[in-house]
Amino acid sequence: MGVVTESQFHVLAVDDSPFDRKMIERLLQKSSCQVTTVDSGSKALEFLGLRESNESDDPNATSTSPEVEINLIITDYCMPGMTGYDLLKRVKESAAFRSIPVVIMSSENVPARISRCLEEGAEEFFLKPVKLADLTKLKSHMMKPKLKKESEKPAAEVKPEIEEKESSVIEILTLHQELDSEQQEPVLSNNKRKSMEEVISTTDR
Amino acid sequence: MQRQVALIKQSLFDQGYLDEQFMELEELQDDANPNFVEEVATLYFKDSARLINNIDQALERGSFDFNRLDSYMHQFKGSSTSIGASKVKTECTMFREYCRAGNAEGCLRTFKQLKKEHATLRKKLEQYFQASKR
Repeated sequence: MGVVTESQFHVLAVDDSPFDRKMIERLLQKSSCQVTTVDSGSKALEFLGLRESNESDDPNATSTSPEVEINLIITDYCMPGMTGYDLLKRVKESAAFRSIPVVIMSSENVPARISRCLEEGAEEFFLKPVKLADLTKLKSHMMKPKLKKESEKPAAEVKPEIEEKESSVIEILTLHQELDSEQQEPVLSNNKRKSMEEVISTTDR
Repeated sequence: MQRQVALIKQSLFDQGYLDEQFMELEELQDDANPNFVEEVATLYFKDSARLINNIDQALERGSFDFNRLDSYMHQFKGSSTSIGASKVKTECTMFREYCRAGNAEGCLRTFKQLKKEHATLRKKLEQYFQASKR
């Protein structure tokens, strides 16, 4: 199947509902991902190593690199306190973590909300209930550039940030080529929105 | 016993208590997680009991805070959809429509029906899980 076995795909899942957390955790495990779940945006930032406020008394405050590498963040949109959108913004504003793809989940199909998230840099927007097929498709797109890079450079060390950014762009294009191969609009954000609408219209009941 | 389990499940689908989303849950169950469906159902009923209680209290107070009621119901509908609780989901949708229309009487009526459907589903799923264990 060509699955990378050295480094497991690690996902950080954020949802305030215990029920939804259990669901997404199981879905991700079934997709062969390693999962960490947290119940709020602020806990997610904490886990990543991003402090909300600088605590000069805290000896760990200067360290921002987490012990685990997160390959994807998947978050609920509607959460008390920090929403999924707020979390997305914080991640994308951070130099250290902006390259981590963020997926937003919501039980409500609100086109304006979807556009807003995609424009802020969300990788995908999933309508709940998230299906296994949604995740396996997402994962195969996430893994492609990673597999390609690993096969091209057998002795790869630290990858420069620029390269990672380019690979994210490749992922986006690949994803939408598959979702809608007939569409040839050059504007990336329009493609995303339209594709998401199409995806949503087929899954919406 | 397997046949009885299959029959119970089939009737749940035929009578519209469950929809295909329940089958998605079953896909997630495997040898490593043999009780996933029951675990998630237990979580659902715990969560929804709490929401029902909140709504009951809000309705008993008499002052209809439709925004708050809608917000409770949003959560309830979300988890009901995720578990495949078809009839409960339908009642949730109706309740939210009444909230948006500011129709208190409609809310009360629908909520009564919702609680009934919820209780029925709970009983039937308990039967199903019991039968699956034998």
